[in-house]
Amino acid sequence: MAQAETIGLFDGPILARAAGDSFLKLNPVTLMRNPVIFVTEVVAVLTTFIGIEDLLRGAPAAFPLAIAAWLWLTVLFATFAEAVAEGRGRARAESLRRARTDTMAKMLLNPADRALYKPVPAAQLKAGTLVLVEAGDLIPSDGEIVEGVASVNESAITGESAPVIREAGGDRSAVTGGTLVVSDWLVVRITAEPGQTFIDRMIKLVEGAERRKTPNEIALDILLAGLTIIFLIAVVTLPGFAGYSRTPIGIPVLAALLVTLIPTTIGGLLSAIGIAGMDRLIRFNVVATSGRAVEAAGDVDALLLDKTGTITFGNRMAAAIHPVPGVAERDLAEAAVLASLGDDTPEGRSILSFMRDRYGIGAERPADAAVIPFTAQTRVSGLDHAGRSWRKGAVDSVLKRVGAPAPAAFAQTVDRVARAGSTPLAVAADGRLLGLVELKDVVKPGIRERFAELRRMGIRTVMVTGDNRVTAAAIATEAGVDDFIAEATPQDKLAYIRRVQAEGRLVAMCGDGTNDAPALAQADVGVAMQTGTQAAREAGNMIDLDSDPTKLIEIVEIGKQLLITRGALTTFSIANDISKYFAILPAIFVATYPELGALNIMRLSTPESAILSAVIFNAVIIVILVPLALRGVKFRAVGAASLLRRNLLIYGLGGIVAPFAGIKAIDLLLTALHIFA
Amino acid sequence: MTWNGSAQIALVLTLVFVSAFPVGRYMAVVFEGRRTWLSPALAPVERGFYALAGVDPQRGMGWKEYAFALILINALHFLLLYAILRLQYYLPWNPQGIAGMSPRLAFNTGASFVTNTNWQAYSPESQISYGAQMLGLTVHNYLSAATGIAAGVAVVRAFAAGGLRTLGNFWADLTRCTLYLLLPIGTVAAILLLVSGVPETLAAYAQASPLDGGSQTIALGPVAFQEAIKELGTNGGGFFNANAAHPFENPTALSNVLENWLLLLIPFSLAIMLGHMVREPKQGRALFAVMAVLLTLGVFGAYAAEAGGNPLLAHAGVSPAMGNMEGKEVRFGVALSSLFNVSATGTSTGAVDSFTDSYLPLGGLVPMFLMQLGEATPGGVGSGLYTIVVFALLSVFVAGLMVGRTPEYLGKKVQAREIKLAMLAVLILTLFILCGASLSLSLPSGLSSLANAGPHGLSEMLYGWTSATENNGSAMAGLSADTPLLDYGLGAAMIFGRFAFMIPVLAIAGSLAAKPKLPPSAGTFPTTGALFVGLMIGVILILGGLQFMPADALGPLAEHFAMLAGKTY
Amino acid sequence: MLSHLRPAIVLIALSTALTGVAFPLLFTYAGNAILPFQAGGSLIVQNGRVIGSALIGQNFTSDRYFHGRPSALTGTDPKDPSKTVPTPYDASESGASNLAPTSKALLDRVAGDVKAYGGHDVPADAVTTSGSGLDPQISPETAALQVARVAKARHMAAADVQKIVDAHTEGRYFGLLGEPRVNVLELNLALDGSRVSVAKE
Repeated sequence: MAQAETIGLFDGPILARAAGDSFLKLNPVTLMRNPVIFVTEVVAVLTTFIGIEDLLRGAPAAFPLAIAAWLWLTVLFATFAEAVAEGRGRARAESLRRARTDTMAKMLLNPADRALYKPVPAAQLKAGTLVLVEAGDLIPSDGEIVEGVASVNESAITGESAPVIREAGGDRSAVTGGTLVVSDWLVVRITAEPGQTFIDRMIKLVEGAERRKTPNEIALDILLAGLTIIFLIAVVTLPGFAGYSRTPIGIPVLAALLVTLIPTTIGGLLSAIGIAGMDRLIRFNVVATSGRAVEAAGDVDALLLDKTGTITFGNRMAAAIHPVPGVAERDLAEAAVLASLGDDTPEGRSILSFMRDRYGIGAERPADAAVIPFTAQTRVSGLDHAGRSWRKGAVDSVLKRVGAPAPAAFAQTVDRVARAGSTPLAVAADGRLLGLVELKDVVKPGIRERFAELRRMGIRTVMVTGDNRVTAAAIATEAGVDDFIAEATPQDKLAYIRRVQAEGRLVAMCGDGTNDAPALAQADVGVAMQTGTQAAREAGNMIDLDSDPTKLIEIVEIGKQLLITRGALTTFSIANDISKYFAILPAIFVATYPELGALNIMRLSTPESAILSAVIFNAVIIVILVPLALRGVKFRAVGAASLLRRNLLIYGLGGIVAPFAGIKAIDLLLTALHIFA
Repeated sequence: MTWNGSAQIALVLTLVFVSAFPVGRYMAVVFEGRRTWLSPALAPVERGFYALAGVDPQRGMGWKEYAFALILINALHFLLLYAILRLQYYLPWNPQGIAGMSPRLAFNTGASFVTNTNWQAYSPESQISYGAQMLGLTVHNYLSAATGIAAGVAVVRAFAAGGLRTLGNFWADLTRCTLYLLLPIGTVAAILLLVSGVPETLAAYAQASPLDGGSQTIALGPVAFQEAIKELGTNGGGFFNANAAHPFENPTALSNVLENWLLLLIPFSLAIMLGHMVREPKQGRALFAVMAVLLTLGVFGAYAAEAGGNPLLAHAGVSPAMGNMEGKEVRFGVALSSLFNVSATGTSTGAVDSFTDSYLPLGGLVPMFLMQLGEATPGGVGSGLYTIVVFALLSVFVAGLMVGRTPEYLGKKVQAREIKLAMLAVLILTLFILCGASLSLSLPSGLSSLANAGPHGLSEMLYGWTSATENNGSAMAGLSADTPLLDYGLGAAMIFGRFAFMIPVLAIAGSLAAKPKLPPSAGTFPTTGALFVGLMIGVILILGGLQFMPADALGPLAEHFAMLAGKTY
Repeated sequence: MLSHLRPAIVLIALSTALTGVAFPLLFTYAGNAILPFQAGGSLIVQNGRVIGSALIGQNFTSDRYFHGRPSALTGTDPKDPSKTVPTPYDASESGASNLAPTSKALLDRVAGDVKAYGGHDVPADAVTTSGSGLDPQISPETAALQVARVAKARHMAAADVQKIVDAHTEGRYFGLLGEPRVNVLELNLALDGSRVSVAKE
């Protein structure tokens, strides 16, 4: 797989730019999208005013100003986290942008006449225009080949430098703007409006410019906004209670209490987590058209996988031999080798290599032997030498040549092999039937384990194949998929997806052909292959630039990782609140009720340092967790129960305990520095 | 704490927990409309109800219609009660000649009983006639309990299958709940209470000539029948001012155990019912466990506080051996008293057999905190169930993402709409409790209602608003609640706390009902087992309780530490 | 939606008829017929006069009688309606002191009562008010504390008085539920030699 360029977690220029951007993001109008951080900003403004007012009045202003400063830092850390995540996307966009050139396109004035064209800037090409692209030209925009065959270097998008063949008609007719025609020529009908090309869209996606909140993010946002309002109520009503208790509480202290209680940690990191999830996909050479698709990937219950290329290598290969009674295995093997010397098909070659590996029989053609090559008509290959003859081929064809009825045992074996989904080839020597070679579509090594892993994650795998039921069932068993669709037509796929969705399950699939498009569109996660048709690429909500169908599995894992990271940091953020009460409440009330000092279980040195420590911890934890938000929580392919147990222990219990240690440490530091101590 | 005290508590709780299983199973049968062993006797009555009311019990209602029917009958019933209270002087069964209630107090009382709060701003002995008790309050005890249970059942139905368009027929639920559940248990319990000494008479108050001279007027009334539903329906409004501390409401330790059992029975059974109705009993047992753990912790917490006795009194020469007896009855002692009051606040009953105002600060904090948690442990009849379901949805949502899937509960995906409605519901409660209490403590008219000074005064006011909003009805009873501020304020808190919570929850049910029901897979967030129970307890404590910590710190916590330091107010 | 008006009104009417009229009346008449003592309030009648209820405490002040717990009940002052006066054990009302554990008023009151009971290690029920203000019972410890006083006032041997106390001390149900207690009215009736003391049937 071609890797997109790797960007370090802490890339200097990205961080520098993000630091600048984090100030731009303070604009309250845009910040309002994030209620938690917006409230923090409002409170920071308020506290700053109080601090300045105190300063002007000559009252002690150090404490309100210190609180205000850290509240501002809290906001900045949150905007910084988002800016870093966006910066990483932008860096990837830059590399894409390089591929978008301002070349001149050769617009054909008359489709019939390739010689007559007018140079037009690529950026002005409208959909429907016909252009000529010749060897050495960059394809000016996305389009469909109308005429011609050419090899195209698509490394600008895929990173893969080996050219691919693109031709009119069929499943390889789509071309992408910015890719290079290496040889021959093409007439292309432009399909994208200016600024809407694949690369344009990719750049926007990667930069996060068109980022919309995903359903899950929206739900989480509501929860966080709700919590913010709840704690706002708690803090706003506190002066009433405190007034009764004759405990005046200053606005800076209320501000500190509010900001430490509302879920700033997850509020500050939420969008960074989402952007980073997209980013992880892109690093994986998969482009999602929306964050919603990434999220849905984590949710899928069923994967529809094409058999060929995904589950199996797609070629039938010799896997076993079955001699008829009375024939030695080795004799059959030798005969099979000789008979296959004339077979240049992959199947024929696989017989030679199988016999060499298994029986050590070399494939040496005897001198002046007559080779009978395999043809689709005869369906038999063979060798004649020194009055002897060897034949191998389709069972009925070989039997016809043998002339004698096959023994019952042979017929049974043929039957059994066919039922197992394999292809039996009969081998005969000198008109005598020797036995069978079994050709099998070989399941990729390790795929069974992957499926078991998916099953542990609660995901069903469904194999889609054009094979008949018998064959399909055999391969399904061998690969360990949960279900299969045999003799699948595109309509079958669509119907299957609809049926599974009707049960409320989410389905992911990948496809490349135009006839896959309806199913790709219907699936919750439709991964189109970059090599596929334009129709397929439009229908899917992800595009795999490497065109590797096995990636669907990794895509699911990335989706899960995104959700887990969000959940883990939410849990952590909310669990943090407990410790903050123990820091701030005794500090506020100890003047009126010295006995409430008993709640100061952290033994923080002074009320001011206690409150400030909590605020500082609350701000700093955002920065500390940025790498985790960007990298994502490590995903393990285990069942939900053990995943929950593990994450709850780390992020739930950890979220309760960590701030106690953190706040105490900051308090010790402040004390050592004689700040508010 | 004594072994005997702990054993008494353990015995009563065990009785409740054990009986919740068969009762829960029975309730599932009732609300699925299947035949019960009472059907031969009750089915004709039920059919008669439907015929007179013009109801087709098979016709399902969408959540909006269900909510509309529910609100409609409650609104009408509220008006009827208001009229009864205002006009009680002219109604039958008023041997004491008790006058009609003031409009303000009648509004408060109507709100209180229609919302299953049963807060008593009035003094029943002198302000409510026998007729109003029977025709008004007893009927409300039945109907508001049945309303809550119906709403709870409707929510459960949302999880029973996929793609549902209706939540059941409200009128049928109401009728079946009354006929098959509340009346039979209520009747048997009333008989037992009568046997143990609870009066049931329409005779005027008795005039006695005490041994040591003077005279004594003894308030009486048709108590037994109302007392049973008062506890069974987690209503809690006492026939007498002293509620279940009154010897006529609760004459012996055995009647106390019976009443305690009654008030916990249905809330716990509802969790078990949920398991049966969703065809996964262990799901019900998980919610049951969450309720049981929090309630048990609360009971023992309060008992531990009370059993130690008041250190200030000990200093004055009182033996701490019996524990804190101020406001408690000798026949119950500290253990059964703590158990009863915590049970009645863990449920939204609000009945008391001892007076929370005189509980030690931490002993009083437990009931208040259980209410603040949202009345879900186990909560009121029906309301407790739907509240804990809301908490389950929130728990699943907060932590459920950690398994890498959009969270689902009982096969239903939890998405933005559900979270929005759940947060709205939770928000209403916080808003009324904290704003109400804070405001009242800032106003002279609020301060004049307080009976005690210092942090305890804050506790009284906070407790009052908490109790009203959470539809509990118990009080730190020193608070003079019959003032314009509190009659109207708390009345509004009760109505919003009940219906502004219930309607979003029914909307959630409607939304979930329509969703497909997903069969569980290995990737499904497990909502049974100790891990989930622990998680839910954490979520309830953090999302339901943390916002009240600052106020609680200034009330009970401050008082606790002040008391240890020897301060008085 | 108006179609819901009929079921709403009919169901309110039926509920009222059933749970508000039929059942309470049934209980009242059947209770009166089968369990007249309990249904009527466990009233103790002596020589045709109602002395009190076995379940409701009475205010005892004379040394000849065992005293119940302090009662927090108050009523309007007959002389000045704007004031309240203590009306201990006035069973036309009920209620508790509602004094906070940190209440100075509570401490002052208890300190006074403690002195009357000897000043130290006084059983808690003796000096605290009950929830109902009508608590009919005291703990055996509190009764024991009063034996000497009652015996002296009645010119009886303390041991004999204690014997009567013991006879009227009820234990826990099944040895487990509730608390040991003495019904003050019944104890005092026994002291007076009444035979109707526990005419419960």
